[in-house]
Amino acid sequence: MTDTATDGGVRLRGEELSLGYDARAVSHDLTVEIPDGSFTVIVGPNACGKSTLLRALARMLKPSVGTVLLDGGPIQSLPSKEVARRLGLLPQSSIAPDAITVADLVARGRYPHQGLLRQWSREDERAVAAAMASTDVTELASRAVDELSGGQRQRVWLAMVLAQETPIVLLDEPTTFLDIAHQIEVLDLCAELHQDQGRTLVAVLHDLNHACRYATHLIAMRDGAVVAEGDPSQIVDAELVERVFGLRCRVIPDPETGTPLIVPAARQRQREHAPAPSLPAAAT
Amino acid sequence: MVKKPAPDQVRTGLGQIVRVPGVGITLRVAPRVLVVVGILLVLTVAVFVLAVGTGTYKMSPGEVVSALFGGGDDAQRFIIETIRLPRAITAILVGAALGAAGAVFQSVTRNPLGSPDIIGFTSGASAGAVLQIVVFDGGSGAVAVGALLGGLGTAAVIWLLAYRGGEGIQGYRLILVGVGVSFVMIAVIDYLQTRAKLEEAAQANVWITGTLNGRGWEQVVPVGIALAVVLPIFFLMARELRMLEMGDDAAVALGVRVGWARNVLLLLAVVLTAVATSATGPVLFVALSAPQIARRLTAATGPGVGAAAMTGALLLLVSDFAAQRLFPDQQLAVGVVTGVLGGAYLIWLLANEWRGGRA
Repeated sequence: MTDTATDGGVRLRGEELSLGYDARAVSHDLTVEIPDGSFTVIVGPNACGKSTLLRALARMLKPSVGTVLLDGGPIQSLPSKEVARRLGLLPQSSIAPDAITVADLVARGRYPHQGLLRQWSREDERAVAAAMASTDVTELASRAVDELSGGQRQRVWLAMVLAQETPIVLLDEPTTFLDIAHQIEVLDLCAELHQDQGRTLVAVLHDLNHACRYATHLIAMRDGAVVAEGDPSQIVDAELVERVFGLRCRVIPDPETGTPLIVPAARQRQREHAPAPSLPAAAT
Repeated sequence: MVKKPAPDQVRTGLGQIVRVPGVGITLRVAPRVLVVVGILLVLTVAVFVLAVGTGTYKMSPGEVVSALFGGGDDAQRFIIETIRLPRAITAILVGAALGAAGAVFQSVTRNPLGSPDIIGFTSGASAGAVLQIVVFDGGSGAVAVGALLGGLGTAAVIWLLAYRGGEGIQGYRLILVGVGVSFVMIAVIDYLQTRAKLEEAAQANVWITGTLNGRGWEQVVPVGIALAVVLPIFFLMARELRMLEMGDDAAVALGVRVGWARNVLLLLAVVLTAVATSATGPVLFVALSAPQIARRLTAATGPGVGAAAMTGALLLLVSDFAAQRLFPDQQLAVGVVTGVLGGAYLIWLLANEWRGGRA
């Protein structure tokens, strides 16, 4: 790993990005910075462009205008393997090749560190073992990935991304399709990676309460633009939630952690006080 | 110097780690793949000697081997060198080319149906060949060129139709467009057939079933060259190919230049298929079944190029041997046999797999 400075520097930023798919524009003139050493979580209603932003930061999507900068260099023109040694991504949907074993899948995370004649160094071996240990999948090493449960599978994919040993890790909705216990398990694991290994994490999450609890830096988006960003304890209040999600709610301190906890208003109150909360544009 | 693998390394699919101390070279090899390829090689050589020795003029395996190395009498050498040897070698090379190309197509499209014989390249080649036979009265050389151009042209059309800015070529779109183009090409062939004179139609018909009858050194050379160029590149790109099986996002995230790798691999696989098809006509089912059979024999996660090439070579050689011997009074087209042999074996494998509870 290269320098994982936690001095409040910025290694990954998007400058004046215009993002979209084909003719459909999602974001205009979007500028974001990922504070180094942070656990940044991007939240917002469906189709607000949060996954699109993450995909652009991960160079999966080329901005039509603007640049994503990694360590000051435009990410699209850096050598692909070089980027993959600094920045990892857990994609939203992943395909495990038929009958692949857990160990083999995790080992593929080492690709950017390998070459034609350097297919398996001791460093690779150590990194894979460490990644499997920290995600608690060592026991599953010889199992086929397609036989695992959803929660186990997500941990295996996370292990693959960890084996990549990048200082920055992007996670695209890592908790989708998991039940509540497995969601917390994955998020606790992320918090551990952030705190113990000093990695910078950027995750897109659906659950605002999870975001408030785990994020050190929150980016709230709506209609392709950043509405607010900062420490969730400082920026999240009822007014922000209504502005971003069009939801009336109360924000109370989380009894476990003291972080903001969003309690949606009862149905009765929603109708009384929100005459026509302009709902965000539909479609995902 | 071989480092003893941790006990469960082989079982977990990492294979054997080979370290060459001093220069920092480490390689991962899959023992089972090597064993399977070795067995296939031995079987291929055995069938090869048998095939070269059988026919109206019979020779013992000993005589065959001695004639191959310059012994034997003139008659034996003539029969072997001008007739049986090039035919058997053509079978091996075309089978290997189709197997390797099929493996690449299936990996890149992440779909066993992404084989060149399903997605229209072979019917495009057939259309080119039939056009030469029926409209231009071309000789066998011209027919081969027609097939080559037909195959490459069809591939270009399919590529353009399936391409989409931003994400390039996606497997399912390639297959859907390919199947569509394939039917158009079959319609073209049918139309040309109705316009043809009887004799031409018969000639075209033989060509489009795929046959090794009368194939000689002029078929061996181009397929041999294509294989010699393309196979090493496939082996060099084996790691990229494996990463492509994990989906575009994961592959990009891990530093694979997905668009570039995919286009190079597809282009080379198309060339290999087109050259092989122009030599023998479309031998159906080898490109589809050989990689699938190889994958099951090697218990690997994807259709390895080397194992698929060897499986294809053996499959086509055995099929041609059977095609020549099954009905002594008439020569069966080899495409018929590959369909029956490869198809039956693949169905048997699949049925076994499904009963065993593994899909």
